[in-house]
Amino acid sequence: MSFFTFVFYLFAAVLVFAALRVVTTRNPVHAALWLVLSFFTAAAIWMLLQAEFLAIALVLVYVGAVMVLFLFVVMMLDVNFDKMRQHFTSYVPLAVIVGLVILAEMALVISASAIGVGMGAPALPPGSNTRALGRLIYVDYVYPFEIAAVVLLVAIVAAIALTHRKRRESKYQDPGEQVKVRRADRVRIVHVPVEKKEG
Amino acid sequence: MQSILTEPTLAHYLVLGAILFAISMAGIFLNRRNVIIVLMSIELMLLAVNLNFIAFSRYLGDMSGQVFVFFILTVAAAESAIGLAILVLLFRNVGSIDVEDLGTLKG
Repeated sequence: MSFFTFVFYLFAAVLVFAALRVVTTRNPVHAALWLVLSFFTAAAIWMLLQAEFLAIALVLVYVGAVMVLFLFVVMMLDVNFDKMRQHFTSYVPLAVIVGLVILAEMALVISASAIGVGMGAPALPPGSNTRALGRLIYVDYVYPFEIAAVVLLVAIVAAIALTHRKRRESKYQDPGEQVKVRRADRVRIVHVPVEKKEG
Repeated sequence: MQSILTEPTLAHYLVLGAILFAISMAGIFLNRRNVIIVLMSIELMLLAVNLNFIAFSRYLGDMSGQVFVFFILTVAAAESAIGLAILVLLFRNVGSIDVEDLGTLKG
């Protein structure tokens, strides 16, 4: 067994174990940390497949940003998680059956069509992975890339619009009210009787 | 055992992706009352799909698969951000994230 093979099986085992812990652990904070481990291990496996840029992007974007978001939300919400686990054991048979059926179906498809059996990996083109990926993104897939940017923008706007709470005591200008204002609202003409000058 | 632990081929990566997908599918059923774990399971599912994409991209010698992984990562990040925002909103309005308590629209 070569070192490459050993590393693949080691990371595959860690990945499967971490994924199992994500779905079975009691505490959601622990689940988030196991999810971090599984993302990290998956990044290592992507590195074995020589997708270096995506492996680093996975660590930066997922471990660095999305999982921190998850941890924030889990820690912010004061939820009684034990109450939710009450029916956990009653769901186990259904979950195991569905998981095994899905696994069996996929294994059947993979083995029946003999995908990839005896298929050697082709030699990589010379040059860096990032360069090749960047060329594809900015030349062939530039329009989908811009749409992806718009999707992210919409996500930002939606997340802020959903969770933003307007504070009542804050002072702000309302342009609509400012435009609708009439002269009578602002100016009051007071008729003061003219007084005779004494003396 | 020696015959199974061979040099990893495309089929190995696909089976690993299938196992991950099955685990996360089972996870959705197991934790179907807890929305946070369901969201995490969905992230795991997308990871399994991405693993398949990258394995095919490597073994077919076509870099386009990696571009699609890039797009899936983008959409998954947007999805989890909005999902967590909805979760926070839900907790603020209902006071719980238990799926059983969310029967407001039930007739």
